[in-house]
Amino acid sequence: MLIMISKRIGFMILTMLVVSMLLFMLLEFSPGNVATKVLGPYSSEEARQLWLERHGYFEPLWWRYGTWLGNFVSGEFGDSVRFRVPVSEVLWPRLWNTAILGFWTFAIMIPLSLILGVLAGMREGSRLDRVISVGSIITTSVPEFASTVLLSAIFVFGLKWLPGTSSMTSGFDVKQMILPVMVLIIYDFGYVARMTRASMAEVMTTHYIRTAVLKGLPYKQVILKHALRNALIAPFTVIMLQINWLLSGVIVVEFFFAYKGFGALLLEASLNQDIFVIEACAMVAVFVAVASQTIADIGYTYLNPRIRFS
Amino acid sequence: MSNIVETVTPAPTLGFAFIRAIKSFALLRESTPGMVGAGLVLFWVIVAILAPLIAPFDPLATLQPMAKPGTEFVKGGTFWLGTDHLGRDILSRIIFGSQTVLFYAPLATVFAYTLGILMGLAAGYHLGWWDIVLSRISDIILSFPVLVLYIIIIATIGSSGINIIIAITFASAPGIMRIVRGLVLDLRNREYVAAAQTRGESSLYIMLVEILPNARGPLIVDACLRLGYVIITIGVLGFLGLGLPPPDPDWGGMINETRKMAMIFPHMTIFPCIAISSLILGFNLLADGLREVSLRD
Amino acid sequence: MIESNDEYVLEINNLCLSYFVRAGEIPAVVDFSCTLKAGESIGLVGESGCGKSTVALGIMNYMGNNGGIVGGSIKFKGRDMVALNEEELRHIRGSEISMIYQEPMVALNPSLTLGSQLMEVLIVHEGVSQAEARKRSIQMLDDVKLPDAERVMNAYPHQISGGQQQRVVIAMALLSSPALLLLDEPTTALDVTVEAGIVELIAELSKKYGTALLYISHNLGLMLEVCDRICVMYSGEVVEEGSIDSIFTWPKHPYTHGLFGCIPLPHADKNARPLTAITGQLPLPHERPPGCNFGPRCSFFKEGLCDGDDPHMEEVTTDNDPVHRVRCYRWNEVDTSVAMSAGIGKDAAEIGETVLEIDNMKKYYEVQDTSMGALFSGGMTKYVKANESINFTAKRGQTVGIVGESGCGKSTFAKVLMGLETATSGEVRLAGTNIGDLPVKTRTPKQLGSLQMVFQNPNDTLNPSITIGSAISRVITKFGVESDPEKVYERVMQLLDIVKLPRDFYIRRPRQLSGGQKQRVGIARAFAGNPAMVIADEPISALDVSVAAAVTELLMDIQREHKTTLLFISHDLSAVRYLADRIVVMYLGQIMERGTTDEVFSPPYHPYTEALLSAVPIADPEIEKRHIVLEGNLPSVLDPPRGCPFCTRCPSRIGEICDDVPPAVQIDGESHAIACHIPLEELRKAEPVVKVPSDLQKKRSLLAKEARAKVMAAEAAAAEAAAAEAKAKAAAAAAAVAEARVDAVPVDKEPG
Repeated sequence: MLIMISKRIGFMILTMLVVSMLLFMLLEFSPGNVATKVLGPYSSEEARQLWLERHGYFEPLWWRYGTWLGNFVSGEFGDSVRFRVPVSEVLWPRLWNTAILGFWTFAIMIPLSLILGVLAGMREGSRLDRVISVGSIITTSVPEFASTVLLSAIFVFGLKWLPGTSSMTSGFDVKQMILPVMVLIIYDFGYVARMTRASMAEVMTTHYIRTAVLKGLPYKQVILKHALRNALIAPFTVIMLQINWLLSGVIVVEFFFAYKGFGALLLEASLNQDIFVIEACAMVAVFVAVASQTIADIGYTYLNPRIRFS
Repeated sequence: MSNIVETVTPAPTLGFAFIRAIKSFALLRESTPGMVGAGLVLFWVIVAILAPLIAPFDPLATLQPMAKPGTEFVKGGTFWLGTDHLGRDILSRIIFGSQTVLFYAPLATVFAYTLGILMGLAAGYHLGWWDIVLSRISDIILSFPVLVLYIIIIATIGSSGINIIIAITFASAPGIMRIVRGLVLDLRNREYVAAAQTRGESSLYIMLVEILPNARGPLIVDACLRLGYVIITIGVLGFLGLGLPPPDPDWGGMINETRKMAMIFPHMTIFPCIAISSLILGFNLLADGLREVSLRD
Repeated sequence: MIESNDEYVLEINNLCLSYFVRAGEIPAVVDFSCTLKAGESIGLVGESGCGKSTVALGIMNYMGNNGGIVGGSIKFKGRDMVALNEEELRHIRGSEISMIYQEPMVALNPSLTLGSQLMEVLIVHEGVSQAEARKRSIQMLDDVKLPDAERVMNAYPHQISGGQQQRVVIAMALLSSPALLLLDEPTTALDVTVEAGIVELIAELSKKYGTALLYISHNLGLMLEVCDRICVMYSGEVVEEGSIDSIFTWPKHPYTHGLFGCIPLPHADKNARPLTAITGQLPLPHERPPGCNFGPRCSFFKEGLCDGDDPHMEEVTTDNDPVHRVRCYRWNEVDTSVAMSAGIGKDAAEIGETVLEIDNMKKYYEVQDTSMGALFSGGMTKYVKANESINFTAKRGQTVGIVGESGCGKSTFAKVLMGLETATSGEVRLAGTNIGDLPVKTRTPKQLGSLQMVFQNPNDTLNPSITIGSAISRVITKFGVESDPEKVYERVMQLLDIVKLPRDFYIRRPRQLSGGQKQRVGIARAFAGNPAMVIADEPISALDVSVAAAVTELLMDIQREHKTTLLFISHDLSAVRYLADRIVVMYLGQIMERGTTDEVFSPPYHPYTEALLSAVPIADPEIEKRHIVLEGNLPSVLDPPRGCPFCTRCPSRIGEICDDVPPAVQIDGESHAIACHIPLEELRKAEPVVKVPSDLQKKRSLLAKEARAKVMAAEAAAAEAAAAEAKAKAAAAAAAVAEARVDAVPVDKEPG
């Protein structure tokens, strides 16, 4: 177990290193270009050369990568071209905002989708199962950008119940959170619910469930003690992977509702070629994704005694 | 006797595969969601093919700005779904937009599948170094949040039709590779594969003739799901302003251009939303139906 | 019909069970009746798909979402199981009726400890406390002879072996002392030496607790060892029911009779007394023929009678056996004792020059040990000795049987021969060339074609997306036998003829074929390149008895004709004894004993061979068998004993030398070799394990004749009695007919 965890973490660090190298190459390989991006298209050739020299761009590649990585690890991401401040000053508050958004989404979505999935999978082919299955396909089929528009049309322009933007200009407002969270839940819950349903339905056909029923156990105990534990192993991994998906989802939602989060920052940065912000955001995103993946793997192992004790 | 030889000697050919694909689609009758899905997809395919014939107006022509749905056009005809802020007929734009999406999405999916299948076959059949290298590459690509990856790629190489296909191929192939690899890991232990090995078949023959055709079931289902997802991706890129350059009609782009006016003119955004959602729903239901049918026998 | 009676634990009357699918109702079991008293054991025997497992689930009234009881009644202790609601059923399930399943690994919940799975039975049914439940569970684990019950309680299913898992399932079933125990092929998934232990345990415990047993199996030999009575099922119906004695002495239904002809009993011989397979195949449930279901496959089929109304169970009256019933119109017209002497004799194959020589072949696998201990001690790489010092030879036209239980290395050995793996050291010479270190990719087409393989699993052996014709054609062109399409086609047709398949199978796909037919295609494919040697890796183990017999005979016929060397790998000692000329017995990667079939089957024995022989059930009550049950489990291949691999389970272990020193090979006579520390003189003293009476066939036919005469006499008497009431003239005539029938019983020839 301990070996497995250290292996996973080792692999995680390795992945981060490779990703950082890729990013570094992708965004900085043409030095002239970087200078243009930083100093703007109207800067003089001399100024660009000077900037490049000052920032060590004529050092060997590995040296530059080393320094860049060193700075990166110690939290020095460079300066944002657009905001004219160190990247970390913009990044951390934005990340915090996104974390709040993600927290509420997960807090509602996971119980909801697990319950619906288990109910549907418990009796495969029943009316409830069909309603939940088809319902979850439909919600998953409406892309986030479409549901933002549709939901705004209903709740903002039609019923006028909710605000159309979530910029939180006058402090935190729960009302402004409702629509973004709703959009993320609607798009994502169907996937988790369907995975849970499939897993539950599969478990219900196994021989050990038959054994449990033929042992004369009450149905409730068959479900709660024998089925659930096995059925929730697979969805656990899926839920952790949802964090990765959520990072994509927030980009659209934050963009539409003008929510000052991490996704909107990344999008803005890439539209404005704000390379240091892109690098930092991408690294953070990959870190979150890889970390959640690592936790998912470790958790899967822990939940599954067949792997835990072998 | 000899005519039997001619008709049956070739091993699985494209023709055979096609006939069997038709047969398995015929089985779809058993699944109501699957039929609805197939219907939706077919509807949009027909619309895309017949676009020049059925579209009432030129999708790019500025006719009458901000007309509400049902408005009569002075020069004849009706704006059934209204016009946008530039005065272009929304119905015609949606009809021609289906061409765009049904051109780029399947093309990107086919490229992604070709790459993913080759990677998956190589990794799953040879194992060893092939597997380690290819799997690690996939893991790294997959560890990016998808949209972050697209944004970075598009931000680097710029936004155009070809670049979108490249980005989708690059980002989807690892996922397909994982699925193919899993299927191959199972299939490579079949006795008929051992039989092929013991008669000295080449690895390429075993991968393409003995293994791949038997993995087609799950792959077809996955392809339908993925097609839906690629449509979402193209839509999202359009919505974020990273999609196909204007003025060609693109559903995601249409939503993005008009969303700020949704307060006053909801029809401009709602109809493209319904169009794209229905097509995605079609592919998702189709995938679900196919999976259901394939599990039955 | 049977009167309702309180002394019966279980009483089933005319039970009909169906599954409902999209295509409509599929009757799985039709008109099933039987009774079971306390302490009695009844066997349900039949081939796959005959509905025997459905009966067990039907008794529990657990038919799943798409099944149901459509007719008849099931009375358990006088209560009608069909009429009970879920809650009432729940109180009976697991407490009064328990079930033991075929695959213990999937019957136990993988993520709960065995202890909690055992204890919940008592907690739910008897409402006892945790501590009490734990105490009694541990006691029960001791009862099923599991060592270290405390440890087992805290273990998860995957942490114990298959045999141990089945013991836990048995313990779970017996915890609340049920009145009825249903056993659904409880030993089929286990190795034969482990099976022997489980069978013994079940018999012992059911006696101890007075439990009635319903034992489901496809294995007639096993039935003989565990049951008082058996019901033979065919295609959803019981075709014959009676006591063990009665059925094994004189089976009255042609199907039961056919089954006996398919089993390789010790007196069967591949040349003199070959097996007789049942022709045709089991009809699908929705394609059953009118009248008798067995009609189309029956050699006594009579048009107008057998395909008319469905036959009912008829009572066979013999005084010593009150319940022997059979579902056949013609049972007393057909003399089934004749066919007992099996099929027509065939000429023995000529044995030619040496084809294969295995010289001290070793195959080791490297495994990475990732445990903590290994990490610190530095011993990260371990070797699994899949094959250790394999030596033997095979001659042209000869059949060599390789026997062993799971993990004995027999499949690895086949892989090395085929070139899918290469030998670690030693030589494998095929016609003089060493191919041991030649992977399959470097072998010439001629080498490939001369050494081919028949695989185990019929559902896996053919590529589902390639037609039969293309599959065989590919082999022919690949080995360069023919290249002209016309000629290839001719050759495929020839091969289809040889394996007795219709020629239009050329355009079929594998899923349209039955298991036996697929296996025939597999054989055709293996023989396509005129191989000098064919390896058959468990070719019949996945097939039903009647189909297996046909495939075995086919394989032998082709081998005889082509003078091919056959390497027959199997776990089934009966099959190997039947068709092999020489036998190699393997255990944990090593050869324990090798020699001619006679040498291996008679003393001196290796202690493992001795135990293996004793463990194999034999479907003949006249054959005596010594009883040896091995203790313990098969050791893991990863961690074999240092000395003799068998030392951990050997009943005749002589001391520490067995644990520490690998035994030397002792040669007895020309070709008989035994790897054991016990001196040959000692081993020679052993009694034969299986004693076949020398006059077995004669005795059998006499017994059958006697029983038959009795039946006829009784019938005649009955007829007489009936006639006495009628006119005297008619009565005399009836008696004369009955007498004439008795005379007509032919006398069986003595065995050759």
